[in-house]
Amino acid sequence: METKTAITANEVICNTLQEIAQNNPQLLVLTSDSRGSASLTQFITRYPERSVELGIAEQNLVSVAAGLARAGKRPFVFSPAAFLTMRSIEQVKVDVAYSNTNVKLIGISGGNSYSNLGSSHHSLQDLAITTAIPNLEVYTPADRFETMALFEYLATSSSPAYVRVGKRKLPDCYHEPWENFQPGRAKVIRQGHDVCLISAGETLYSTIEAAKLLEDQGISTCVVDLVSIKPLDTQLLHKLSEIFKRIVTIEEHSIIGGLGARVATITAQHTGTCQRIFGFPDESAISGPQAEVFDYYGLSSTKIAQNVRSFLKD
Amino acid sequence: MNEKELTKKAYELRKDIWKLIYESKTGHTGSSFSCIDILTALYYDVLKQTPETFGQTEADSYIQSKGHAVEALFAVLSDRGYFPKEDLANYSGFKTQYIGHPTNKVNGIEMNTGSLGHGLGIGVGIALAAKQDHLAKQVYVLMGDGEQAEGSVWEAAMAAGNYRLNNLTAIIDHNGLQISGATKDVMNSEPLAAKYEAFGFDVKTVSGNDPAAISRILRTKSAESKPQLVIAQTVKGKGISFMENQANWHHKVPSKEQYEQGLAELNSRLEEL
Repeated sequence: METKTAITANEVICNTLQEIAQNNPQLLVLTSDSRGSASLTQFITRYPERSVELGIAEQNLVSVAAGLARAGKRPFVFSPAAFLTMRSIEQVKVDVAYSNTNVKLIGISGGNSYSNLGSSHHSLQDLAITTAIPNLEVYTPADRFETMALFEYLATSSSPAYVRVGKRKLPDCYHEPWENFQPGRAKVIRQGHDVCLISAGETLYSTIEAAKLLEDQGISTCVVDLVSIKPLDTQLLHKLSEIFKRIVTIEEHSIIGGLGARVATITAQHTGTCQRIFGFPDESAISGPQAEVFDYYGLSSTKIAQNVRSFLKD
Repeated sequence: MNEKELTKKAYELRKDIWKLIYESKTGHTGSSFSCIDILTALYYDVLKQTPETFGQTEADSYIQSKGHAVEALFAVLSDRGYFPKEDLANYSGFKTQYIGHPTNKVNGIEMNTGSLGHGLGIGVGIALAAKQDHLAKQVYVLMGDGEQAEGSVWEAAMAAGNYRLNNLTAIIDHNGLQISGATKDVMNSEPLAAKYEAFGFDVKTVSGNDPAAISRILRTKSAESKPQLVIAQTVKGKGISFMENQANWHHKVPSKEQYEQGLAELNSRLEEL
């Protein structure tokens, strides 16, 4: 994968939460033997009394977080996305979303991050699962600026939320820090008129790179960052589906029930728009070095550009 | 309340539950009659919580993990003034908040339950928060004995023992029956006392349909810094002869004849007291 800066989403989160914790004594981090994987060692060393370890017990991790939130705490729960959104999903549904407790669930090493470890460790269904639960916001940030702004928002919001982040060092998609983060707002980060590419999370950077390749070949490409998977920016999506005959979504997720499917619920209601969903097929994903796996599934910038070109010729 | 007053209160509440279930034609009858003495002990003698202090961080917490016995909880909460008794006329009705499992839309209920095996973990969270904030509050969690088959119960028990949460009291309504039959035949969870002791709990056993005895044991705080487990030996359907120890009364609704016969039994018991 392309790497320009040397910081992961986890490191950004750890730094941001340490800043916020200075003025927010109720902020806690909860882990399930995941403090190392979540890069939280610095936070925990600085604020040992603000961290709770639950061991390898993801169901209890979420129930305990709900109890802490009910008692006035602001728990941020860190566990690999594959386990957090499947093993503990009933606790997420009942103890967090249905009970409306102020719990922030952070799915680390999400999507295909554990590429070579096999399907047990992939979370290519987490967006489908979490967006289906009422009263749960769902986000997947793309770079350090967006991640920082998102966590500043989460620290002040009282809504239950799930955030998916990956493991890779994040190249910048933006050039400067965000003023503030607004739930339900997507961002047009590149203007264009031939085709609209919509992505979020770690595939956003490859999408931007693909847009540059397409531009070189004379195809004017609009790129949209759909960081807020739920709530969705329906207003912008309506507008895009009116403007563009061709929309392509790119995601590190199963093509069933993810970002592309969210967008399709909007575009399907507008005639004239034709959409393609680029993501992982409905199968146990192959294992291997992540860049090669992404290329295999058509998610590298060159493959995205190539497939967009053939879509435009259809 | 003294011993006699507590017992009497539990029988008056049984009448409320019986009427609520008969009129709404829905409910977990045997389960609610099994645990009503535990709830009576808690809400009339033990819990440091009132409708006014409910929800404040200092107030004691009660989480009903066996959410299906919600009729017992509604009867107690309305009698204690958390909401008007008349509100229960709409129990299980269209768009009501008085639904068949606890929901925090109802005043006096902290957490939504219904799926088994969640309450103890939530209790661990509330107890941990109280420890962090140096509050003297106590957290009570009521579970069923069939519920002990849920793996998440043991994840929570391990955490309670690990953090030595002596401000957490788990209570098991141990009536030996669940929806399909005897708990020992469906999935034997015994020996419960030895299991919880091994997880770091201070375990006590009490006659679970004797509110005064339950109250005494809940008020006796352990000197050890351990979470407590009280195994309440109960009778499912306790208080109405034809319902006692019958698994099929788990969520059975009485017919008109059964309702009247049961009511007569409850009234004659109250006259004796």
